[in-house]
Amino acid sequence: MIKRALKLVACVTPMIFAVGCATQKPAYDYTAFKAAKPRSILVLPPLNNTPEVNATNSFYAQVTYPLAEAGYYVLPVALVGETFRQNGLTTAADIHAVAPAKLQEIFGADAGMYINITKYGSTYVVMDSVIVVRAEAKLVDLKTGTVLWTGTASAANNEGGNNGGGGLVGALVAAAVKQIINSTTDASHPIAGMASSRLLSAGLYNGMLYGPRSTNYGKQ
Amino acid sequence: MHRKQIATVLVLAGIVVLSGCATKPQTLYQWDGYQPQVYQYFKGESPEQQIVEMEKAQQIINAKGTSVPPGFHAHLGMLYSITGKSNDQIAAQFEDEKRLFPESTVYMEFLLAKIKNGEKL
Repeated sequence: MIKRALKLVACVTPMIFAVGCATQKPAYDYTAFKAAKPRSILVLPPLNNTPEVNATNSFYAQVTYPLAEAGYYVLPVALVGETFRQNGLTTAADIHAVAPAKLQEIFGADAGMYINITKYGSTYVVMDSVIVVRAEAKLVDLKTGTVLWTGTASAANNEGGNNGGGGLVGALVAAAVKQIINSTTDASHPIAGMASSRLLSAGLYNGMLYGPRSTNYGKQ
Repeated sequence: MHRKQIATVLVLAGIVVLSGCATKPQTLYQWDGYQPQVYQYFKGESPEQQIVEMEKAQQIINAKGTSVPPGFHAHLGMLYSITGKSNDQIAAQFEDEKRLFPESTVYMEFLLAKIKNGEKL
C-alpha cells in the first residue's frame, strides 16, 4: 500500500513541476521603464559565475545584436572594456561596482545593463551531454540608479526543432545562431548567442521594451 | 493553354507563396562583420585580420545600401588605433559613429579628446 502511494507520488510530482513551468509569471511592472525612456544602453562586461573562463567574452561579444535590433543605441563593447582598463578597472566585479552617475558622465548612456552569467558550457545528464547557457540581467537608469527592468533566460543545444520562441524574435534567435555558427568551433558560443537574444530581445513576455530606433517603439 | 503549362504555373505560384512566407524578418542593421570580429578581438586574434574583415563587411553593406550596427565604426576606430594608423583615420571612424548615432556623442567626444591629447584610448 505504502509502495503504491509512493509510486503515485513519484508519478504526480513531475506533473506538478511540468504544470508549474507552464504557468505564466505575473506581468512585469514597466512603469519606471516607460517613464525613463532610455535611448542608449551601456552593457557592462558580464559577471561570470561559472567555471568557464571564456563565458564573459563569449556572452559580451553577443549582447549588441538583440539590444540594437530592439531599437537602442548600444555602446561599442570592446572599446568600453578598453576605457575601463585604462582607468584601472580590469574585472567585471570592479566595473559593476562603479557608481551609475560616474558611468553616465563618461559614456553618456541613459541606462546600464548589468548581466550575470550563471551557467555556461557542458552539463552532463543521463546518456547525454548538454550545453547550457543561462544569464540574468538588470537594466538600471544611470542618472538615478533606478532599476528599470530585470530578466533571466537560458538556452541549450538539445532543444530540437524549437526555434527560440517563434515569431520575429524566434527567427532573430535562429539567425543569430546561424550567423556565428560558421565562424567558430567553440560549441558553447552559439548557445550563448541564443541565450543573449532571449534575454535581451524586445517583444517577449516580460522582456525588454522596444527602443526609439524601432518601428514598434511606444506600441507596448 | 496546355494542361502541362497550367501545372507549371500552379507550381511556380505555389513556390512564390511559400517563399513569401519564408522571407527573413527585416533587421534594422546588417550584422556581418561586427559581432564576430568583437569576439575575435576578445580572443586576442590578429587585429589586422579583424580590420580586413570589417572593411570587407563595410563594402558589402555600402553596396547593398543597408546600415552598419551601432558600435561598428567605433570598434573599427579602436582597431585602427591598435595597429598604429593615423589619428585622422581613427578620428574619422569616431566621427562616423557620432554622425550615424548621435546617442554616442558624449563617449565619442571623450575618445576624440584622448586622440587630440595623444593619450591611449
